[in-house]
Amino acid sequence: MVTSVTNPGRNGLYDWLLQRVTAVVIGAYSIGLIGFLVLNPGLDYETWKACMGSLPMQMINTLVLVSVLLHAWAGLWIVTTDYLTRAQFGNAATGVRLVVQMLILLLCLVYLLWGLVMIWGGA
Amino acid sequence: MNLDLTTIRFPAPAIASILHRISGVVLFLALPILLWLLHRSLASGSDFAAVGELLQMPLMKLIVWGILAAVIYHLAAGVRHMLMDMGVGESLQGGRRGAYMVFAVSALLIVLTGIWIW
Repeated sequence: MVTSVTNPGRNGLYDWLLQRVTAVVIGAYSIGLIGFLVLNPGLDYETWKACMGSLPMQMINTLVLVSVLLHAWAGLWIVTTDYLTRAQFGNAATGVRLVVQMLILLLCLVYLLWGLVMIWGGA
Repeated sequence: MNLDLTTIRFPAPAIASILHRISGVVLFLALPILLWLLHRSLASGSDFAAVGELLQMPLMKLIVWGILAAVIYHLAAGVRHMLMDMGVGESLQGGRRGAYMVFAVSALLIVLTGIWIW
């Protein structure tokens, strides 16, 4: 039985877990990055570039980028299914919701490609 | 039954929940700004300096503060959410107390972040 074709896991329980695992990754990274910036007020380009360009940071940044986009997709899927409904749009609801969800998904893919080029392309 | 929405007041946990959603949407909208700042800061030494100057502008400081406020609130509300998944603070009283704790902790951190930025 297919109950939904637009949410990331096709299954609420899978989305639930995905949302939390990615949240832990993003939370730890955010605290670490903000802490680094607070502790290094006079940060110069060479240090910043060397830090972000090192292999461990490239891998961590990739993991975080993918986590952010999966987390955003799962979260915005919940928000769009809650607020873009027949109560607001009548019979057009499914179409409106699908278009908005596909635009969100398209943005996520653009950010993924942009982020990967930035992290690995040395741009 | 009272159906007059203007007289219905949202309880604290409902406000905590809707702010979690709003801050999440705000963070998604902020993603291109953050990616762009990161991209330029890594592009070259002069681009890095340009980003540094940009971040000194009053409007940019306000935008960065807004984004960090959304990060802080979303993180605090997320921690509460996961504690509730583990069964902590699930009662009516616990839900209210947790919501007020999220408001207090994030307000304090948001003020401290403002001091750091200015």
